[in-house]
Amino acid sequence: MGIDRRNFLKVLGVAGGTFTIANSFAAPAKNKKSDVEFYGILYDSTLCGGCQGCEIACADKYGFPYPDDEPVTCVLRETSETRRVAINSFKTSKGEFYMRRSCNHCNEPACASACLTKAMFKTEEGPVIWREDKCIGCRTCMIACPFDIPKFEFGSPNPKIEKCRMCYEQMQQGEPPECVKLCPAEALLFGKRRDLLETAKARIYNEPEKYHHAVYGENEAGGTGLLYLSAVPFEEVGLRTNVGTTSYPEYNKSFLYAVPTVLILWPAFLLGLHNAFRDNKRNMLLNGEES
Amino acid sequence: MNREETTGFFKFIINELKPKGKILTPFNIISSITIISAIIILYFRFTKGLGAVTDSSQDRPWGLWINFNVITGVAFAGGAYVVTFLVYVIGMEKYRPILRATLLYAFLAYIFYAGALLLDLGRPLKVINPIIGNSFGVSSILFLIAWKFFLYMGSLFIEFFPTVAEWVALKRQRKFFGSMTLGVVIFGIALSTLHQSGLGALFLMAKPKIHPLWYSEFIPILFFLSSIFAGLSLVVVLESIGQSVFRNRMSFLNKTTHKPIMFGIARICTVAMFVYFCMTVLVFVHGKNYPYLNSGYGHWYLVETVGFVLVPCVIFLLAHRKQNLGLVRLAAVMAMIGIIMNRLNISTIGYRWYDNSLQFPTIMEIIVSVSVIFVQIHVFRWIARRMPVYSESPAWVNQEPHIKPFRSEVKSINLNNSGRKKWKVSAK
Repeated sequence: MGIDRRNFLKVLGVAGGTFTIANSFAAPAKNKKSDVEFYGILYDSTLCGGCQGCEIACADKYGFPYPDDEPVTCVLRETSETRRVAINSFKTSKGEFYMRRSCNHCNEPACASACLTKAMFKTEEGPVIWREDKCIGCRTCMIACPFDIPKFEFGSPNPKIEKCRMCYEQMQQGEPPECVKLCPAEALLFGKRRDLLETAKARIYNEPEKYHHAVYGENEAGGTGLLYLSAVPFEEVGLRTNVGTTSYPEYNKSFLYAVPTVLILWPAFLLGLHNAFRDNKRNMLLNGEES
Repeated sequence: MNREETTGFFKFIINELKPKGKILTPFNIISSITIISAIIILYFRFTKGLGAVTDSSQDRPWGLWINFNVITGVAFAGGAYVVTFLVYVIGMEKYRPILRATLLYAFLAYIFYAGALLLDLGRPLKVINPIIGNSFGVSSILFLIAWKFFLYMGSLFIEFFPTVAEWVALKRQRKFFGSMTLGVVIFGIALSTLHQSGLGALFLMAKPKIHPLWYSEFIPILFFLSSIFAGLSLVVVLESIGQSVFRNRMSFLNKTTHKPIMFGIARICTVAMFVYFCMTVLVFVHGKNYPYLNSGYGHWYLVETVGFVLVPCVIFLLAHRKQNLGLVRLAAVMAMIGIIMNRLNISTIGYRWYDNSLQFPTIMEIIVSVSVIFVQIHVFRWIARRMPVYSESPAWVNQEPHIKPFRSEVKSINLNNSGRKKWKVSAK
């Protein structure tokens, strides 16, 4: 089959065009913008008394109804569209413990990489926030989140996604989030994630009998902004241990990398195939065969 | 156009807008009742929120409209890229008679399933954001799907445009869009490959939530492979119904080529389904999923992969061997059931399987879902009764040389005086 200039240019045009479009798709989902370090919260469940102070503080700040139920063992209180943080009680091998449930502010959040408008957004400082003006309400973030944190207002004609935003605006002014500020037991600690990790490990080191020897959130789902200390293995206090240590955007990576490849190679291949078959057909016509 | 022509054109359009055929058929009555109730339901959906009519919950945020109409429906619309590939790219003229019906079906499917998507979006007014917005979530798979849907609808429209042009006799426009066909077809195939697999890739991040029998990193490839025979099976069903419904409008060519085309499709489906089945087995072995087989989900998995993939694959083979049209249709319907099962298993049944509870759609959800399909059928019928989808193109088309599928110009070898060979493309 002969390639004349016109066909060559055609192939080149298609391939080149798709290359420029496609290249932007392959951008990695990683957040490595500046030298600002991620902030986080350390929750020490051995100190938590289950007073629901954090729930009330959060409800107060964001105008949600106060919690009307208390943490009771065997009843799982989920976060919901009117509750961004929930305290649960668990009966464990070492007695009753409380565990907090809220957005974990992953280092590489699944929700943000699933979002097609960047409404779910990992800020430079660490909090994962939801931006109302961008969201189209597709709920892909809910499918993607391994912790089932984003909640959707199914009862509203103009629904919002509700989840903890680590009081982002307050944080920018140098104040800790509302729940941390108002925790009477000082079970919550706000700071740079790296410092918190050191604090957590120091606590384990100083009181090895008191703590389970791991920090939940150090590696879970690629590392999370919320770090948890517990006296017992994490599954006993309802933390998800099946999420793995891979960051969730990694699961999409191979597909995303395949996109530009397909967009470049497929049209070129198909054009070639077309030309090959056309030549074949032309030869058959020239040889006087029936096609 | 002068004034007379303009008024003539409008008269023609108004005349064409009138219903053709019987109005009070059972299908029309049932479908219009369903559609009217769907409109009432949608009123509540948009005033009271999604929770008022659907069964979607915080745990299972996607309901029937996305899991069935969009994710399953798009697989069935895959026929368009397969048939355009056969006809335009590798020049299998044999399949040209079914091209227009397939394109029309796919075009409408994308329009109505994108419509179903809009119904399910919480904030549908913002849907324009990913297209024009300043916030491109380029690492999002849904973003890629949105764009590919958008572009593919455009390509399907251009591919189908000649039929519309023949209906309203737009000769120049037909020529213009017709000349773009090959490029658009190739572009469309690339887009289809990516968005068919992309729909599977949507679930890649839901790894801890989907049953391991259905979750694998190969979901995108499986989705793409299955869309080939899903689309073709739908073409078989569509053509079989079309043969009786539109028989009076059908061209001689369309009537006579029906059987050989169906058997050709049966053969392609056999191969496609066999490859898909092998791939499923490979994924199953690779994932070391044996322990799950002896459970309720395991049995259900076997029903899907053996009962509705391997069995129809064999039936397709037999149908082609025995040249039995009934068997082709049976296999096509079974393959379609298999696809519906597969898509729902991933998105609904195997999703959060550890909850041990099934998500059942509400009656209202089902009515809207079915209405979307009914509206699609109505529009399809309206177009097929007026435009040359099944019937022959008007006479003026064949008088113009440029629309021939394969440009039959022959490269002529001009030997000039110096005796050097010179290749030239001479337009005939």
